[in-house]
Parts: sequence; structure tokens; C-alpha cells
Amino acid sequence: MSRTLHGVAAALAVLLASSTAAFAQDPSGKLVVVTSFPKDLTSAFQQAFQKAYPKVTLEVLNRNTNAGVKYLQETASNNGTDLFWASAPDAFEVLKGAKLLQAYKPKVEGIPEKVGAYPINDPEGMYAGFAASGYGIMWNSRYMKANELPAPKEWSDLAKPVYYDHVAISAPSRSGTTHLTIETILQGEGWEKGWRTNKEIAGNYRTITERSFGVPDGVNSGSFGIGIVIDFFALSSQASGFPVEFVYPTVTTIVPANIGIVKNAPNKAAAETFVDFILSPQGQEVLLQPAIRRLPVNPATYAKAPADYPNPFKDTSLGSQVNFDVEVSQARYNVVDALFDQLITFQLDGLKAATRAIHQADAAMAKKPNDKAKALLAEARDLVAAMPVTAQEAADPQLAGAFTVERKSATDAVPERQAQVEQKWAAFAKDNYAAARKKAEEALALAR
Amino acid sequence: MTSLALTRESIARVRPGPAVAAVLIALFLLLFLVVPVVQVIFVAFQDKTTGSFTLINFADFFQNDLFMRSFWNSFYVSAMSVVVASALALPLAYLTTRFEFRGAVLIQSLGIIPLIMPPFIGAVAMQLLFGRNGTVNLLLRDHFGISIPFMEGLNGVIFVQSIHYFPFILINLSASLKNIDRAMEESAQNLGCHGFRLFRRIVFPLAMPGYVAGASLVFIKVFDDLGTPLLLNVNDMLAPQAYLRISSIGIADPMGYVISVVLIVCSLLALWVSALAMKGKDYATVQRGGGGLARRRMKPLELVAAYAVVLLILVLVLAPHIGLTLLSFATIWSFSPFPDAFTMKHYGTVFLESGQYITNTLLYASLAALLDVVIGTAIAYLVLRSKLPGRQWLDYIAMAALAVPGVVLGIGYLRSFYDVPMPFTGQPLSGFWLILVFALAIRRLPYALRACTAALQQVSNSLEEAAENLGATKLRTISRVVVPLMSGGILAGFVTSFATAAVELSATIMLVHSQSDAPLAYGLYVYMQSAAGRGPGAALGVFAVVIVGLGTYLSHVIIERGRRERGQDH
Repeated sequence: MSRTLHGVAAALAVLLASSTAAFAQDPSGKLVVVTSFPKDLTSAFQQAFQKAYPKVTLEVLNRNTNAGVKYLQETASNNGTDLFWASAPDAFEVLKGAKLLQAYKPKVEGIPEKVGAYPINDPEGMYAGFAASGYGIMWNSRYMKANELPAPKEWSDLAKPVYYDHVAISAPSRSGTTHLTIETILQGEGWEKGWRTNKEIAGNYRTITERSFGVPDGVNSGSFGIGIVIDFFALSSQASGFPVEFVYPTVTTIVPANIGIVKNAPNKAAAETFVDFILSPQGQEVLLQPAIRRLPVNPATYAKAPADYPNPFKDTSLGSQVNFDVEVSQARYNVVDALFDQLITFQLDGLKAATRAIHQADAAMAKKPNDKAKALLAEARDLVAAMPVTAQEAADPQLAGAFTVERKSATDAVPERQAQVEQKWAAFAKDNYAAARKKAEEALALAR
Repeated sequence: MTSLALTRESIARVRPGPAVAAVLIALFLLLFLVVPVVQVIFVAFQDKTTGSFTLINFADFFQNDLFMRSFWNSFYVSAMSVVVASALALPLAYLTTRFEFRGAVLIQSLGIIPLIMPPFIGAVAMQLLFGRNGTVNLLLRDHFGISIPFMEGLNGVIFVQSIHYFPFILINLSASLKNIDRAMEESAQNLGCHGFRLFRRIVFPLAMPGYVAGASLVFIKVFDDLGTPLLLNVNDMLAPQAYLRISSIGIADPMGYVISVVLIVCSLLALWVSALAMKGKDYATVQRGGGGLARRRMKPLELVAAYAVVLLILVLVLAPHIGLTLLSFATIWSFSPFPDAFTMKHYGTVFLESGQYITNTLLYASLAALLDVVIGTAIAYLVLRSKLPGRQWLDYIAMAALAVPGVVLGIGYLRSFYDVPMPFTGQPLSGFWLILVFALAIRRLPYALRACTAALQQVSNSLEEAAENLGATKLRTISRVVVPLMSGGILAGFVTSFATAAVELSATIMLVHSQSDAPLAYGLYVYMQSAAGRGPGAALGVFAVVIVGLGTYLSHVIIERGRRERGQDH
């Protein structure tokens, strides 16, 4: 009841602000937004916003998250951008670290502290969450039917031999959203076990795409069957008519997509109005549109959602399994990306060959058990799962230093160069995968 | 000191006209290519911890398995693409210039269309047709239980790249073939040379400048191309490695820039080798009245075979566009040989939303292409005809633009021009749309330059000398004799620059500051980020192809008419 009242009050406040020109705060002029969001989302908000505030001209600049961050960094000296609007909280952390954002506390009330286990707003108020998204598994039902594949439910299902060469993901170094998926698995299952799961799934990858959208795009067209994606890609594909389905695994994180006001924004008043607008009931409802399909952060909005709409504020199993630790994630951010690239992305052929051999040996042993082969196979699995660095090492600032440009002073201890570290990891992975494949082939010979 | 004196002396010997032109061009290249790029790539030579000069990063490059693997993959793919592209281009060029062939102009124009493969959608269309679960393989699997790995790994890159870039060879080779003096051929025939021998010993060698110009472009372009391998998710090649490093947040190590330097050096090396291959040979023919080779009539059986070959090649090279067209009318196309149903809806969406993109693109691409042919002709003339010291460097520097990844150029422009306010408005200079035109012009200058150089190589010096002996001034000689004789090559340059600038994305995406100034490629990018945008994106892609294709066809018609009116072709 009080929530609805709040909603009504906020709506009234918005109406008041927009209709009373006497107020000095009445925004006008050009508002420049840099965003990574697709046109479906931005144009819907644009229309709704311009209707409420006809005096403001909204100028939307579309860039992928990384390019957007680069753009803001390069243009900071003579900033012309008012707002940065994107999914990955990490991108906002980078901007915050570079002091490119300014604090603003939204006036809208009724937004909870957390969604799942993740805080919605930045504690220092540099950016605010406006929609939540979770990670999960998406598949093309025609593809699954043609290849007689069962529907997966959990991350570990994707490691099953039946899905060999059918799964796709985007590289975590390229996609902030995938990075969170990988990090979620690592935090949920622990460093060693988490990497084991990640690599066992990776052995089934068909491809690793360069753009986040490459995964839903490939599933939609049927180039591959199964993709690891953020929910709205799947939900909006479904809404566009593609024969795809989606499931949230138990170990998932619900993470907010964010908006932040850029430091020295030319039109600060309008920027603040826009932030308040997208958090208002009117703005939050836009998220429910079929082509957008993101989870509102304002719980009141779910009252207007379709019946089967996922609601993280009600469905407590959603995203609460993992207590996502932002600081742990931040400390090893680049190391996890580089590990994934060197051990998986750039060694995919070797990893797949080893995985295939393991699957074959496994199948042969199911028919004809053999203890020696079993031991060999376990060794092969361990070789694949082995990591060149431990969780402690990964969080070590010394190692992380190899991946950053910042140099405190010339006398700082010189960490290894990134290229050296990477070469070491790549060689480690290559040798281990080759050895694993050999062991698995021996096991197969024994079990035959 | 001596070298300075020497230069001064040699400068004193040259005429002021070429020198002024050379200085202006050098300034343009310096301002819009060298400075921005150096702003970005000096990191390659910097020690990360001390900031001092070092070559250690290059040592790392050569000790890294991944980079070496990428290097060889890039080399292999480029070389194979030249082979496949030649196999596609040679028959088309030869048949349409050598024989009386109905629809030769149409074929020549259609042959250029593959260059206009809009970003993102081209690869999506190819996957839908030739991918593992594309039309061809689904049909093959249903009927014969087999599938062909067209698009697997490096195969896919070679396949798409050779289809995409073979027009470089086609255009340049055709222009060369048309410029061969008929007398050469006739003399050979009088001496008893016929058929394939005539082609191999006389015609093809005379057309060598065009072929080498085209082949070197294909090689370098494939070597440096980013979009295709990335979209096919092949990332163990050099250009994607550079891009992945430069554009990832947090991973700001020097290797990305090291790879950029390697790319630039390799491209220059390839050019140097192609220049070496052409060295010491004279391709110019004096008599220009022949209007190219004699066109023969084919026997009926020959004709059928020729049409079959041409048709087969056209279907293959136009496959991405056939796929694109299907996609633009499709409702849903997913894991099936053909779309579920067809609709006009996407065109409606594009028509309502994207008019601005199309007019912007036409404006930017034609301005950029115009700039390119002017500068390209000037550089070609300076390099081949003047005695200016260091004139070769204009050519080298301009060609180096081929190897500069678009992202690097984009970031370089932001760094160089962002803090420069524009007169009157005070807005950052990098936000001015003309900067985008310059970026496009720089990126596409190499195409125009190669075409212009090849054209000028075929014009004999003695024609100019004759004109000057008759009292014409240098400027008049150039404008009334040299440029008209080069017109075929200049047009080829304009068309390639225009067509490719119209769909350029990587530099554009960094430089677009407002939606109202955005070109078509940006619009496509925006559409292709969402599931609902695929149809409209494809429709916008079709618009792009049709517009550029029409432009190409019109320029061909105009040039052919010009030829005929001058009475060169009977």
C-alpha cells in the first residue's frame, strides 16, 4: 500500500516538475547520453521522456561498453556528455576510479537496497541501478530438436558429453556481462572447482564470440544451439518471435544495469531529471515492453508485468545463492579475463581435443569398466582442470600490476610484463591439454 | 649539413608547382594520418614501468606463441585469399574486356558490389547460407547426409575475404586490360601468336600493373582486416589480436600497439615487394586510339560456356547479398534453409527512421572519395613524373593508412583534435562532421592511390612531352592530356573509395558525436545490437548496397559514353 502511495507521489512530483515552468529547475536544452543499450531500449525511453519533458532534446550516442568508457576517457578534458548508461557495473567502477562521474542521489523512493544479493546503487552515489538482469542459458528449440538434445538446467549440465560442440559464450574480456557469469561461478563454487566447471563447459564450446550480442545472434539464427547469455537477450529474442528458450541456473547473480551522471556534465539539471525519470513508475514500466524485457528495480512495477515475468524481489531463489563479493571480483578482474583468454579462448582447439578424448574414454568405460583406465581418466581430468595460479596469487596486486597501466613511481617493484605472464599461462595450458588428451587416449585403448 | 645543402640544391632544381603540391599533401598526411597515429602507437616503444624508450615489447611479440601463430595465420589467409580472389576475378575481367559480351557493364558493376558488404550483416548472411547450419549445409544434410565446412575456422575467413575483396583485382585488372594498345595485340597476332599463348605472353603481362595493384591491395587488406575474422570468431590472427587488446578495458598493455606497428610494417613490406616486382619494366604504351583490346565475337558453344562461368562466379560472389536480401524480407529465419515467412515491415521501419543516415553517408563518402582521387592522382603524378627528393615517401605514408586499424585512427583523432575548439561555435573540432570525412578519406586513400598509379603507369611519358613541345603549360598538359588518359583508373579509384567508405565502421564508431551526423554504418551497428533489429538492419544494408551499386553503375555508363563520344571505340 505504502509502495503504491510512494509511486503515486513520485508520479505527481514528476508531473508537477514538468508542468510548472515557474520552477527554476525545469530542465531544457540538449541532453547527451552515451549508452551501450540497443535501440529498442533507448528509443522507448526517449519517446517516454520527451513526452514528459518536451523541452529537453535527448541525444543518444550508441557505443559498446568498452568503447563508451574509452570515449569518455578521451573526451574528459572538454566533456560534452551528460550521462553514461550501460549494463556492466564494472564499467562504472572504471569510470568512478578515473573520477569521471559525479554523485547524485535519485529523488525517487521505494527502491530497495539490494536485488538478489547485489546492492542496487553505488554506495558513494556515483551511479544508480535502474534495471536488474540475471545470467542464464538460452537455446534454440529447433536446433535442439534436430540434434536430439535435452534442455539444460544448470551450468554443470553444459559440461555433459551430449552438448559437445553445441555451446557458445562471449569472451569475458570482451563482455562485462560474461565476466560476471564466470566470476559468479568462481565465487559460487570456489576458485579451483569453479575453474574446473568453467573448463569442462568450455570443452563443449562451439565458439567464443567477440561481442556479447554475438551469442544470442548465433542462437537465434541456429549457428549454434546453446548460449550463455544475460536474460534480456533471450527474453527479447523470444519476444521478437525466435524459437528460443531460457532458464536461470541456481547459481546465478542478479546484477543491476546502471546510469551515472558524467562529471562536468553540460546539462546537469536535465541529467538529474532523466535519472529520476527512468526510476519513476512511468520510466520503470518501459522496461516491461516485449522488445526490452528487463527486470525493474522498483518492486511496485511488477504489478503491471505479465504473469510469468521473473520477479527477483518475490522469487527469493533467484540470484540469492551466491553472495557476490564486489571487492574480490574487482581485485582479480583483469587476471580472470586474461586467464580465460589464455587458457580457454586461445587454446580452444587443444582443450576441445582433450575434452573429446575424455568423453570417448568415458563412454567406452561405461560399457566396459576398467580401474586402470579410470585412474588415467581422472588424471586427464585433473590436467585439464589444473590452474597456473591459485586464488591467493590471482588477488595479488603484484600480478594484477602486470595488467594495468598505472605506475605509481619509477622505483616501484617491476612486475612481470603482461606478455610474459600470458606466454607462461598459454604454454602451461597447451602442455596440459596435450598431456590430458594422451592420457585419455590411453584410457580409451584400455577400455576398448 | 651536407645533406641539408644537398636537399636545398635539389629543391632549387625542381619546379615550384609540384613542390607546392607535395608540401600540401605532406601536410595533410602529417596532420590527419601521421600525428594521430603516432599519438597512439608510441606506447609500443615505451617501457611500461619507466616510460623510457625500449624494444623489449617487440622481443615479447616474437617470443609469444599466440602472436607467432596469429602472424602465420594472417599470412596464410592473405596469400590464399589472393589466390582465390584471382580465380574469381580473372575470368570475369578477361571475358568482359576481351570478347563481345552482352551485359559486360552490368557484370563489371555487379562485380564491384561484394566490396559493399555492410559490417556485421555480411557475416550473418554468410552464416545463414554457408554456415554449419546454413541453407546449403541443411539441404545437403537432408538430402545427402553430408556437410561442407565452408565457414569453419580459417577456411571461412579465406572464403569471405576473397569474395569480399576480389573486386580490387577485377577493377584494376579490367582498367588495365582496357588500356592496352590494340596494336600490341595485333602485332603479336601478325607474328602468329594466338589463343591462350597470346593471353599469357602478351595481354596479361601488359596488364600486370593493374593485376599487381589489385593483388597487393587484396593481400594487405586481408592482412589488416578486422571485421571478418572477428565476426567469424576467428581471433588467432594479427588484426583481431591488436583490436582485442586495444579495445578492452583495463588491459592496456603495449602489445596491441606493437601488433599495430607490425601490421603497418608488413603492409609497407608487401607494397615494397610489389613495387620491386614491377621495377625495371615499362608498361606504358604510346598509342591510345585503340580503346583497349579488340573485342572478339565468340562461337555459340564458347558463348554458352562463358556465360555459365560468369553466372556461377556471380552467384557465388553475390551470395552474401542474396542472403542479405532474404534476411531483409524475412520474419524469422532460424535453423531452416529459408525464412519462415516474408514481410515488408522492415523496410517500413527503416524508411521511417533512417533517412538521415543515408543522406549523411552519400555526402561523406562522395566527399571522401573526391578528396582521395585528387590526392591520389597528385601523388601518383609526383611519384612517377617529378624528380622531387623523397617523393616515394608520400606514396609509402599514404599506403600505410591501409594498415592502420580504424580504431587506432579513431582514438588518434580524438586525442589530436578533441582539445582544439572550432572557430565560432567553440565545440571540439573532433565533433565536426568534416573530421569524419577526413578520417574516411585517409582510410580509403590507398585504394584510390593504387588505381591512379596503375593508370598513370600505362600513360607514356612521350605524350606529355609532345604536348609540352607544342607549347602547352604543365598544368594544361596534366588537365587536358594526362588526367583524361587516366580517367578509367581515376574512376576505378573513386568507385572503390566511395563504395568502401560508405560502409566503413571502425573509425566512424569512435568519431560520431551526434546522431544527426551519423552515417549508415553507425545506423547498422545500432540495429544489429538487438534481436528485433536484425530485419531492419538487413533492410538498411540493402539500401546501402543499392545506392552504392547504382552509383557505380552510373559512373560506368558515364565513362563508357565519354569514351564513345571521343570516338575511341568503334
